[in-house]
Amino acid sequence: MDIFKIESPFLKEAGEISRFTSRFFKEASKPNQEWEVFLNQCFWVGYKTLTLVGITAFIIGLVLTIQSRPTLLEFGAESLLPAMVSVSLVREISPVIVALICAGKIGSGMGAELGSMRVTEQIDAMEVSGTNPFKYLVVTRVWATTLMVPVLSSVGNAVSLYGGYLGVNIRGHVSWNLYWFQVFDALSFGDVLPSLIKTFFFGFAIGIVGCYKGYNSQKGTEGVGRSATTAVIVASLLVFILDLIAVQVTDLLGLT
Amino acid sequence: MENGEPVIVVEKLNKSFGPNHVLKDFSMEVNSGENLVILGKSGSGKSVLIKCIIKLIDGDSGNINVLGQNIDDLEQDKLDELRAKVGFLFQSNALYDSMTVRENLEFPLRRHWSKEERADKAEAAVIEALEDVGLSHTINMMPAELSGGMRKRIALARTLILRPKVILYDEPTTGLDPITGREISQLMLDVQKKYNATSIVISHDLNCIKMISNRIIMLIDGKNYVSGTFESLHLNTDPKVKEFFD
Repeated sequence: MDIFKIESPFLKEAGEISRFTSRFFKEASKPNQEWEVFLNQCFWVGYKTLTLVGITAFIIGLVLTIQSRPTLLEFGAESLLPAMVSVSLVREISPVIVALICAGKIGSGMGAELGSMRVTEQIDAMEVSGTNPFKYLVVTRVWATTLMVPVLSSVGNAVSLYGGYLGVNIRGHVSWNLYWFQVFDALSFGDVLPSLIKTFFFGFAIGIVGCYKGYNSQKGTEGVGRSATTAVIVASLLVFILDLIAVQVTDLLGLT
Repeated sequence: MENGEPVIVVEKLNKSFGPNHVLKDFSMEVNSGENLVILGKSGSGKSVLIKCIIKLIDGDSGNINVLGQNIDDLEQDKLDELRAKVGFLFQSNALYDSMTVRENLEFPLRRHWSKEERADKAEAAVIEALEDVGLSHTINMMPAELSGGMRKRIALARTLILRPKVILYDEPTTGLDPITGREISQLMLDVQKKYNATSIVISHDLNCIKMISNRIIMLIDGKNYVSGTFESLHLNTDPKVKEFFD
């Protein structure tokens, strides 16, 4: 059997995404980037997702604190609640939840927007007018998600910790100063930095997948819908896979 | 280029999509100032042909020469320069739906004009192109606010803004009512007169074809089957040609 003749849709898709990613780096390294479009995308990705991220992070912080309290109470470790909640939120829950929200909102948005531009020949029109559509549409969006998801994640961390503060004070009483002292005392450099670094990868994956699915959309409006849906699915899956890899790397580096 | 000189030469162009061999050794010449119509069944490769001419699609083999340049030999920068001289009106209009009419028209200028040129001349160029199509009042509107005929005119204005020497029209009257279709056809004629542009028009609309064509090429079975004026093809007795005019 000739190994080069195996036609697996999964391998084909993986190959296409790899080619798309390498084209991104090639185009991104060229001069004359579209800075104005990039800033506009940062606004759309960052500012327009901020409310959703804020509300979700707040609720996650509040709920996690409320639900963790009875277990800690059982062991007489209620005082450890701020420390436990902060480590859980900052290391894992907040970055992943924020990335999943971004995969849902931004990934699907990019898939649908570029898909619609593809099927209505707007991308072809750009090419005909002498503008490089890959640089204009893809490079700007991928850079925007790569830079904005970490910002959103940091905001998510802060808001979820505030939610945690309110959660701690629903049944008990911990002062503002004591709560934040316990939070920062529990968090170390090894908690915050890997968590921040992995969000850059989450942002990159969300941008690349959203743009890839939209840019290569086919089969009319049905294809646009499919692009948006598969962008969310693949980006969400990639977030979990990257998270798993990040945990393993952090563990290997002794940052746990 | 003098009227009558060839501006587009296609030689033995082949293009396949999988097992579907769309263009088979297709050859044609288009002369300066000419309005050439390509007529053929749906799926016969007419749109593929004009997309090959502007290099939106690569042909499998053969030569395409546009305004004296072989498009396969051109680097991206040179190709972009050539594309500024070749306008393309898409079947779907392809207006950027997140931009206003003004931004749509200014978009092609960003690559071909310097910042200073755009600051000095863009506004006047946009207004002139909109006046050419009779829609200067729509300058700040979004494409979604326009009717189908208006969108087609705006798309034509965007095509005209760089004053192309050649204009490729992909089914310009498809989906329009007969009156609007006639208006668009008349507009194409006016544009051709004003800018002395050469046109290749893909169309099934016999009224439009009769109105604008100097010459028609029938693309049948992937080949340049027959060419001639509307009147001569109308009288042609070949059953494959006759079925288009009956």
